[in-house]
Amino acid sequence: MRTILILGATSTIAQATVRKLAARSNMNFVLTARNTEELKPLKQDLEIRYSASVILKSFDALNFDQHETFFSEVIEEAGDIHGVVLMYGAMTDQKQAENDFSAARNMIDVNYTSAVSILNIAANYFEEMKRGFICAVSSVAGDRGRKSNYIYGSTKAGLSVYLQGLRNRLHASGVQVLTVKPGMVDTKMTYGVVENSKLLADPNKVATDIQNGLVKRRDVVYTPWFWFIIMGIIKLIPEIIFKRTDI
Amino acid sequence: MKVTKPVKKKISGWGNYPVESCFVYRPENETDIHDIIEGTQDFSHIAYGLGRSYADTALNKDQGVIRLEQLNHFLHFDEDQRLLTCEAGVTLSDIIDVFLPRGYFLPVTPGTKLVTVGGAIANDVHGKNHHVDGCFSEFVTSFDLLTGSGEVMTCSREENSEVFWATVGGIGLTGIILRATISLIPVESAFINVTYEKAGHLDEAFDKFIENDQNYKYSVAWIDCLSSGSSLGRSVLMRGDHAKQSDLPMNVQDPYALPNKFPLKMPVHAPGMALNYWSISAFNQLYYSSFKDESKLEDLTSFFHPLDAIDDWNKLYGRNGFVQYQAVFPKDQQPKEGIRKLLERLSSDKRSSFLAVLKSSGQANHGMLSFPMEGYTLALDIPNKKGLFPFLKELDEIVLAHGGRVYLAKDASLDEETFKQMYPRWEEFLNVKQQVDPKGVFRSSMSRRLGLTD
Repeated sequence: MRTILILGATSTIAQATVRKLAARSNMNFVLTARNTEELKPLKQDLEIRYSASVILKSFDALNFDQHETFFSEVIEEAGDIHGVVLMYGAMTDQKQAENDFSAARNMIDVNYTSAVSILNIAANYFEEMKRGFICAVSSVAGDRGRKSNYIYGSTKAGLSVYLQGLRNRLHASGVQVLTVKPGMVDTKMTYGVVENSKLLADPNKVATDIQNGLVKRRDVVYTPWFWFIIMGIIKLIPEIIFKRTDI
Repeated sequence: MKVTKPVKKKISGWGNYPVESCFVYRPENETDIHDIIEGTQDFSHIAYGLGRSYADTALNKDQGVIRLEQLNHFLHFDEDQRLLTCEAGVTLSDIIDVFLPRGYFLPVTPGTKLVTVGGAIANDVHGKNHHVDGCFSEFVTSFDLLTGSGEVMTCSREENSEVFWATVGGIGLTGIILRATISLIPVESAFINVTYEKAGHLDEAFDKFIENDQNYKYSVAWIDCLSSGSSLGRSVLMRGDHAKQSDLPMNVQDPYALPNKFPLKMPVHAPGMALNYWSISAFNQLYYSSFKDESKLEDLTSFFHPLDAIDDWNKLYGRNGFVQYQAVFPKDQQPKEGIRKLLERLSSDKRSSFLAVLKSSGQANHGMLSFPMEGYTLALDIPNKKGLFPFLKELDEIVLAHGGRVYLAKDASLDEETFKQMYPRWEEFLNVKQQVDPKGVFRSSMSRRLGLTD
């Protein structure tokens, strides 16, 4: 029996991923959100559909001081955990973030600072256990800064580099670190915001890619896969040209 | 307040007619739905499940449409009483996938499993067992309804029973069904023991129904509605019961396993001409000849949901779409003559129907706008071609003359006057709607067409 801690289980991608993982046998979960009330239907659903055992726990990403206590309570209640999946994130409009530092700061703290805080704790735990995995959802937006979303992008770039270093550190202990880089996905974050819905990926497809990434012990997964090609090309464009573009 | 944003887009029901531009919302939970309704005053809404009602039941031109597909969680299962509580966006397909392997099946299933529980209640759907078991609502213990005033009301036969019976078959106009508790039935296998019997003409089909329909839990007849003269109404009766484990061949290892089928897909709309009088006649001839009187085992999917095997089969009818016309003829007003007249009109007009289904129906329930009544029902697909609407009007008159009515989940053409004659309890329905939705939050293109709202 494996227990997985899901940080931020209310997001559309998280729900899809948890269901995919639960469909494999012998998976139990600790699901977290700021308000656990919102997770009750998911808990009941996982119990009925997959006979999974599910613990709900409140987690406030921005309450850094409480992260140690939170993590030890999780270990105490679940007995042990075998993996952490970090699925939460914040995205505010770029223009708003340019003019209102508190909006920018919120993205930085949610997407980067809090991840460093809680994943440091998880990393120490798994390093000692000499097993486990850490998976976090970053973004293709972190691969290159563009004027349309560079504040959000820079928080994800920070997260990606953090995970890269963490992977390097934990390799010796046999702990997998998976960086997930989704493109635009059809979620609550994008519904009604992104005009052309044909560009949006199905969250179930993203969930499948995350699951496969975990099973195959991959390092970085672009989802859908074609973003690997797109970002590969975008990263190759020399800065002298890139700075003039409108991508 | 964080209001979930809508996407403005053109949508249609399963018949691809009509196509209307609506503001489509996609809430993720109950709180989002409250926010949408409170955040959009002077705007009307209608719930939308999987879009399998055929025409404008779940459309709301230039107004709000609330997709419930994300509210798809199972909430409770009481094994002793076989009672399942789930959110309204759970599909019948989900229920089969999860519960058939545990030995339970849906008590009533329509011809597709790709409908939501909320939609099944709002349209009070029926299946091949209507003549013995009644509609979907027979197995609904209770549901929670979000009304126009923002209140969540628990409705059952005992509690708020008037609202219960207005909502059952009430095409979404009393509010949004959030959760429901339904009972499942125990089955011994994933198979049906089907008996096929051919009937050379309508009289013979009726004789067979009258003779022994009560002996079968499931009963339906495919009817060739292009045959005429002495073979008018020739049919193949397909009737059966759940197979017991002892009925299964020895080589079946898991009695609850459904065969894996490769899903077919209609990638594009067929050209308008693909389904015409001649191609359908030829098909009907072949299809009728392919049967002989015999009994055999069919898996549940092939028996109940054969068309689900082809994704988007509605595209067979081309871009203009089609309408589905289903009418019920009450037992005491010469139903056979009514059906004969309908078939004669179809046959003489060469209006081809690929799928025509004849079935005996059991007693009506208390649903104010629920469709079935004791008698016989005929369902037809008719391609949307020139002259369709005057033709449907003629059919409506035949149905009315025989005391019958047409099924709102499928209707695309009824006018207000005809509707009110067919559903005499409409005033009672509106009284209840007025109580639970005084501001008229819930409206649809259909409710405007039928004169139930403005």
